[in-house]
Amino acid sequence: MLSLHNATVEFASPGGPQVRAVDDVSLTIPTGTFVVVIGTNGSGKSTLLGSIAGTVRLTAGSIRLAGHDITTWTQHRRAALIGRVFQDPRAGTAGSLTVLENIAVAACRGRPAGLQWATNGPLREEAAARLSRIVPGLEARLDQPIGSLSGGQRQIVTLVMATWRRPELLLLDEHTAALDPAAADRVVQATARLIREQNLTALMVTHSLAQAAALGDRLLLVHRGRVELDVEAAAKRRLTADELAGRFDRLRRSDQIDDAAAQTLAEAYV
Amino acid sequence: MITLLSTWTFGMSLAFVALGVFVSYKLFSFPDITTDGSFTLGAVVAAVLLQPGSDMAPGYDPAMATLAGMAAGAAAGVVTAILHAFLGIEPLLAGILVSTALASVNLVVLGRSNVPLTAATTLFDRAETMVGPTVAGFGLEAAVAGEVTRLALVLVVLALAITGLYLFFRTQLGTAMRAGGDTPTMARALGRNTGLLTVAGLAISNSLTAGSGALIAQYQGFADVQMGIGMVVWGMASVFLGSALVGPVRLGAALVATAAGSVTFRLLVASALRAGLDPDWLKAATAIVVLAALVAPRFLAHRGKA
Repeated sequence: MLSLHNATVEFASPGGPQVRAVDDVSLTIPTGTFVVVIGTNGSGKSTLLGSIAGTVRLTAGSIRLAGHDITTWTQHRRAALIGRVFQDPRAGTAGSLTVLENIAVAACRGRPAGLQWATNGPLREEAAARLSRIVPGLEARLDQPIGSLSGGQRQIVTLVMATWRRPELLLLDEHTAALDPAAADRVVQATARLIREQNLTALMVTHSLAQAAALGDRLLLVHRGRVELDVEAAAKRRLTADELAGRFDRLRRSDQIDDAAAQTLAEAYV
Repeated sequence: MITLLSTWTFGMSLAFVALGVFVSYKLFSFPDITTDGSFTLGAVVAAVLLQPGSDMAPGYDPAMATLAGMAAGAAAGVVTAILHAFLGIEPLLAGILVSTALASVNLVVLGRSNVPLTAATTLFDRAETMVGPTVAGFGLEAAVAGEVTRLALVLVVLALAITGLYLFFRTQLGTAMRAGGDTPTMARALGRNTGLLTVAGLAISNSLTAGSGALIAQYQGFADVQMGIGMVVWGMASVFLGSALVGPVRLGAALVATAAGSVTFRLLVASALRAGLDPDWLKAATAIVVLAALVAPRFLAHRGKA
């Protein structure tokens, strides 16, 4: 279970007043819930995710995960509980290492890396089995540098790495945004499958309203650092991409964004 | 014959610097200027320990003296890494600060700017007493046999170092270090403390460099506080030359290629000196080679697009 209590993140903007990127957010996400997070640019959804991952420190409030108060934990310490996939496939994998070597590093997540041989036989067999189940043929590329894979394949390996040892929480930060539509579809399918099979607690930030409507058990719409909409269960299942687009429109109008900005946003979110 | 053999011995002794730069620059993308200071540090620490004691007692065992030099180099690397990883100082500046401080440390340790090792028992002397007679048994003349022995010693140590580095960087810890050097975001997301990995990486890198300094001091028979100047550029030249010789390859081949790059570069330098290059211009020539290696790929890529 993940819970945030009055989580607040403030930044000093250059020459301006303090900006509240996350504004007094309290949330409880039960184990096994797949949460989709959407929001406008600058809404604070990435900061919210970063504050859970440990890349951003809370100004006030606290975060608990799986029975631990992780508020003051460093990023690498939190990694014992959290698996992450980034927007850029290059950020989540080491390009000059082979696919299997990347997986070997992931296999040590949350425990000390020792002087055992990293890429041993059992690891190779398990890596081949896990990869071939999701993308048949990928197991043949275990010994190639991961940088030689396509963005979509690389993101799927990153997913397998993040979930190699079952994380208490899986954080997906717009992890299909850098991919072409076909690759994004495959990664989304792999994501949904891994989350379902391992009954993972997951938080997925997305820019795609279609993904937001189709995936997950619960949806959070973040705006100006606050959770504006929080729907789950049957209400979440009834939600359509069109309704979400309507929601976005109303938020924009309430913000009195000028037409040019609204146009930019419309292009970004459809 | 002896000159050629000696060029090989020298090139292979300097290959440890190249391996050190390979670890810091290629694996960690860390242009580590500490190299210049830690090379000298290894030499002066070994030289001081090798000196016969004041009460006419023999100096330290040469293997111990060399290992002590390496440990001192590792400590210097640790300081640079801490300046960068935990105090947020740029890699270049962190290296400049430490190598500048080391210039004083080296002078203080050595006591004066140059100390001969004529009275000391070096690793090479040890090797000659151990295997010299066997080598001489092949019917070589004494001077050649001595040089062959020195070459064999460095070759064995170099082979051990390359094997050790290869094995280490294939362990869980070594693989995590390579991952952290390649993509820190990934390593942190998978629970690795990238600051500590950098500390370990620069410790390994600078211990190799200092080991090279200790070897060179014993080989040439003196330690000098100036001997480390330009070593980082020498190491880079060897790394670039090595990768130019074999292209993009896996870890094991890259380590061997780096050592080969050092020997090749030494041979090129010897040929250039023979052909009449003024030794005063040696460091400038080395810098130009590194510059060319850095610029050439970009220039070629540009032309390819046009």
